[in-house]
Amino acid sequence: MIFKKNTTVALVGYALAAMSFVASAQTLRISNQGDATSMDPHSLNESMQLSITGNVYEGLVGRNKDLSLAPALATRWTQPSPNVWRFELRKGVQFHDGTPFTADDVLFSFARASGDGSDMKSYTNDVKEVRKINDLTVEIETKAPFPILPDVISLLYIMSKKWCETNQATKPVDRRKGVENAASFRANGTGPYRLRERQPGVKTSFSRNGSYWGTIESNATDVVFTPISNDATRVAALLSGEIDVMEPVPVQDVVRVNASANARAITGPELRTIFLGMDQKRDELLYSSVKGKNPFKDKRVRQAFYQAIDIDTIKRVVMRGASNPTALMVGPGINGFFPELNKRLPFDTEAAKKLLAEAGYPNGFEVAMNCPNDRYVNDGEICQAVAANLSRIGVKINLQAETKGTYFPKVLRRDTSFYMLGWTPGTYDAHNALNGVLACVDDKGTGQFNLGAYCNPKVDELTRKIQSETDKVKRNAMIKEAFELHSADIGHIPLHQQALAWGVSKKVNLVQLADNFMFFKWMTVQK
Amino acid sequence: MALPRWFDGDVGYSFRHSTLAIAAAAVALTCVICAVFAGWIAPHNPFDLTTLELGDARLPPAWSEQGSAKYLLGTDDQGRDILSALMYGSRISLAVGFTSVALSVLIGVSLGLLAGFYGGWVDTVLMRLCDVMLSFPPILVALLIAGVGRALFPNAQDALAFAVLIVSITLTGWVQYARTVRGSTLVERGKEYVQAARVTGVSPFRIMRRHVLPNVTGPVLVLATIQVATAIITEATLSFLGVGAPPTSPSLGTLIRVGNDYLFSGEWWITVFPGLMLVIIALSVNLLGDWLRDALNPRLQ
Repeated sequence: MIFKKNTTVALVGYALAAMSFVASAQTLRISNQGDATSMDPHSLNESMQLSITGNVYEGLVGRNKDLSLAPALATRWTQPSPNVWRFELRKGVQFHDGTPFTADDVLFSFARASGDGSDMKSYTNDVKEVRKINDLTVEIETKAPFPILPDVISLLYIMSKKWCETNQATKPVDRRKGVENAASFRANGTGPYRLRERQPGVKTSFSRNGSYWGTIESNATDVVFTPISNDATRVAALLSGEIDVMEPVPVQDVVRVNASANARAITGPELRTIFLGMDQKRDELLYSSVKGKNPFKDKRVRQAFYQAIDIDTIKRVVMRGASNPTALMVGPGINGFFPELNKRLPFDTEAAKKLLAEAGYPNGFEVAMNCPNDRYVNDGEICQAVAANLSRIGVKINLQAETKGTYFPKVLRRDTSFYMLGWTPGTYDAHNALNGVLACVDDKGTGQFNLGAYCNPKVDELTRKIQSETDKVKRNAMIKEAFELHSADIGHIPLHQQALAWGVSKKVNLVQLADNFMFFKWMTVQK
Repeated sequence: MALPRWFDGDVGYSFRHSTLAIAAAAVALTCVICAVFAGWIAPHNPFDLTTLELGDARLPPAWSEQGSAKYLLGTDDQGRDILSALMYGSRISLAVGFTSVALSVLIGVSLGLLAGFYGGWVDTVLMRLCDVMLSFPPILVALLIAGVGRALFPNAQDALAFAVLIVSITLTGWVQYARTVRGSTLVERGKEYVQAARVTGVSPFRIMRRHVLPNVTGPVLVLATIQVATAIITEATLSFLGVGAPPTSPSLGTLIRVGNDYLFSGEWWITVFPGLMLVIIALSVNLLGDWLRDALNPRLQ
């Protein structure tokens, strides 16, 4: 390898002027602890998957580096009446296969994303109708006034109608039911990079879209994405120069990466909140020693679990300080985060034991817990620490820590009693968390990620009002009230906001986005 | 039975005169005692989550600067005492190793006897089955069985996880016994004492059990001893790959996997000690098996 590299360098050196076009071929190598579960942009509403597919596909509305809204496939959007948004589409955009992009593709994509098997329904549940005005104008009518619609649909990527029909991919890939189709392995978007080859779990490669409508800041002509689940191996690959950018840097290795000659760790707060959820709907838990009733329906049990968790020690030891314990389901940086509400119930094993005894479980009980082990920072370790904490109040946790490829389909089917999940509001507004994670579950998409089916009609009512309210002060007051209700109910157990830690080669210039999205178009490689 | 007779005679003599065998036996015995009586000897109970102190996680061994006398070999990422985890972990490793070897011997010897004694289509079917099993790398078969087991019982309890582990190692291990026993049985079948037993009307199963079996146990015993070491390593490999023992009751392989993440970050003791323990157990058992093979080989006497 070294010999080969040196040869290349020498060659380029000798023939620099003549061969400058050869030297301009530039590969960017990226790694993550897990792989995207599919290339279908509507099959899993998960930041990591949408981050990868977001290089190939685009929404009507995009984001700038500071996460503010940017025109993407739509150049302008206006609100002719409270319930209607009008989007003017960009002219002359082509999909990667050369098909021109038109209003029909928008209509098709919205239907696909709100239909059977889609995991993106929580973005479309209040859309009443998408209308084509002409080839380059669409109108979206909502059930109620929806001032934040452009924010809400920024992660709803547009697919080609023609391509999906030719490839029998008109319905999203649904891993919960084991449905796969061509869109899982191939892609045809409008984005700055084309999907060249997809080997699930091994390697996914991309090449630059020469006919992209916008400018691509990056000089990378090829991008190779490799999942490396083992922490030590991923760090070693970065330090040896085998990969250029990776995420996350294990918390124990941030210092080591920064001390190395080849790479640096870029850290910052992440908008993601990690929390635990409990099945509060079924009359009997699927996986528990308690039969005939559901202990999580009792608020005292939920509170006992909450107070049994020693979040400060988890921060100090498991996260090595790289987390902010939280009492809220959204973190700082999200509109609707109120520092005055961010007060956790105290960690108190004795109080938790007493609550459990009052609820009728003086000797605790057994329950299975589902956790990913390659999705969030130290997710498996956090779950083990939580299991140890809960054992102190007599609760025996049967821990199921597994890769997200099996974990997500399972919990999204609600085949769980007690689980860990992380959530970043894709709109950077609390409404997204309220609508997706806290709201009562319906089959249209509301509460699609409320996997334990927590339900408080008052929170729902507020969520609907928050969606339509344009007065910021009134709106924030309602968000605050909704979070207060949820905290009082202990609908979920918030744990912390994790810190971002990207390992970046010193050859690469990039901007770290607080939502942990990795857009290749903003990563430049020095020669 | 055959075993005491051997130890009184040539085998016992050979053992008394082999320093290596005595040393290996002593080490193996120590490991077994530590593992069996872990509940009494170990300073902590690493499987009892209520006693884990997360605040004590990743402490180095007692002789380093930040070490604590409470944890002689340091602690892992969840605050488990490594020394205790080694004892409890080797209990899992040894239990899984011995149980799966015992089951493999049972299956392998029975099928081998049947194939060798009856010959014909019974022999053909069983030996082709062995060929098929042998054509897959054992670890791959074990992974497959463990994977299927997990898919069948997605929310399995800890006990079931161990059962799957034992079954997967058993089903990959029996082939060697079947082959060895079949070979020896083919030889014994033609001998006069078997003919005599047949002529006097002894039932085939009685002949197999009382006459043929004692004469084919030698190679099986040697093979079993060596296979115990292999089974322990297979268990560790499966646990290392994350399909073996659950993280809340770690075996040696699980401990090595967990520690592997921290190896380059300066926290070497989490993986090095379980690794050493695995080497010591596997080596001592292997040396014993080696010695036994020599002792039972009439050509070397």
